[in-house]
Amino acid sequence: MITLKNISKWYGRFQVLKDCTTQVEKGEVVVVCGPSGSGKSTLIKTVNGLEPVQKGKIFIGDTEITSNSTNLARLRSRVGMVFQHFELFPHLTILKNLTLAQIKVLGRSDDEAKEKALSLLERVGLSAHANKLPGQLSGGQQQRVAIARALCMDPVVMLFDEPTSALDPEMVNEVLDVMVELAYEGMTMMVVTHEMGFARKVANRVIFMDKGEIIEDTSKEQFFSDPQTDRAKDFLAKIIH
Amino acid sequence: MDFNWTLFFEPTPYGDGIYLNWLWNGAVVTLSLAITSWVIAFVLGSIIGIMRTFKNKWLNTFAVAYIELFRNIPLLAQMFIWYMLMPEMLSGALKTWFIQDLDPNVHSFILAAIALGLFTSARIAEQVRTGIQTLPVGQKYAATALGLSKLQMYRYILLPNAYRKIVPTLTSEMTNIIKNSSVASTIGLIDLIGQIDRINESTNSIVEILCGVTLTFMLINYSVITIMRLVEKKTRLPNMMSGG
Repeated sequence: MITLKNISKWYGRFQVLKDCTTQVEKGEVVVVCGPSGSGKSTLIKTVNGLEPVQKGKIFIGDTEITSNSTNLARLRSRVGMVFQHFELFPHLTILKNLTLAQIKVLGRSDDEAKEKALSLLERVGLSAHANKLPGQLSGGQQQRVAIARALCMDPVVMLFDEPTSALDPEMVNEVLDVMVELAYEGMTMMVVTHEMGFARKVANRVIFMDKGEIIEDTSKEQFFSDPQTDRAKDFLAKIIH
Repeated sequence: MDFNWTLFFEPTPYGDGIYLNWLWNGAVVTLSLAITSWVIAFVLGSIIGIMRTFKNKWLNTFAVAYIELFRNIPLLAQMFIWYMLMPEMLSGALKTWFIQDLDPNVHSFILAAIALGLFTSARIAEQVRTGIQTLPVGQKYAATALGLSKLQMYRYILLPNAYRKIVPTLTSEMTNIIKNSSVASTIGLIDLIGQIDRINESTNSIVEILCGVTLTFMLINYSVITIMRLVEKKTRLPNMMSGG
């Protein structure tokens, strides 16, 4: 579903991604972890072209997104993305946050978009808040809305960029629950997170990054029971109490 | 020294009512000029400000040059330049009409509106740019990730939020444009300031007239500030500063 081939990226002279290669199969849940500054957020943003790369190729399905001829906007609309700081549009009601791109990008009718939005709000348990503004919801609720917003576009794959890092601890689970449910339904997911509980529960594979490199790319079982590199061992020792 | 505070209620020597009518006429011209210039400034300022946020080098450079040009030359000089040059740039019947047939006050009004509008547009452009650039970068990411085009992103996401942020600075720009409009009297416009000389010629009471004009300016600006406070209240979002 997602293929990254020898991705490299520089900010000026500083290389943030070093020759990263991996792939995510359909229906797979891949967790990307690593110390801060390791390039994991940058890596996931390259998948839908939010962060351009200088070297390497990226494919979603058979479509190369690093090619100039690709209609990126259209492709992006089928790749759902959830951000650390939710990034709901603060001036639009929850309902309008969910319908805007459906109407403007997918060309759905108002009624169709609204119906889809309400059914997804129902699914994340927030139907009652449809007419509120994002600022009136808690962080956990906003992030659930953000997930619903991405799902409204019928994505073939979902990207999560540290979806629970900006949340108060008591709100982390309500968001993780939605994600776990999504994983069980067979959604293809790439998730940058420090939530190792989530990884243990639903991940198929774990990618461990350090200093812009993918240094482990293995099954969940192997990663947690027998990490190959010292850096991964060190990281796990620090993060799992 | 004796002051004649009832001066504005005395009849003018031309039989066209009392001096308060003249003051009122001046206020109408000042307000019309301010509003016309504001429309020019807001439209051009928004376009230039948006251009300033583009990655395209040519558009960006053009916007920077525009802003520096109109921002760094004194308004008085700009007013004179438009007054001297603009009629010369016209040709044929249009030129004859503009210079000879047009009412001199309308003639000055048009040139003053262009000068003041362009001068202020450079300032508004910078505010619009700041408004857009201080939005969290994640908003751009979110709009892009949903597949919105650049145009849609500006239209539906960035601009509505940027304008909300800069309502207070736009308010002060509005009061500035009203005060700056007074420079138009130097190219012959009979606005509030222009009326000072006119009334003084027949009454010789400069202190009273200045007090009257000052008060009128304060009244106009106070009304603008009051209205804009309402606008600010109406457009304010819950938890706006949190960026969520």
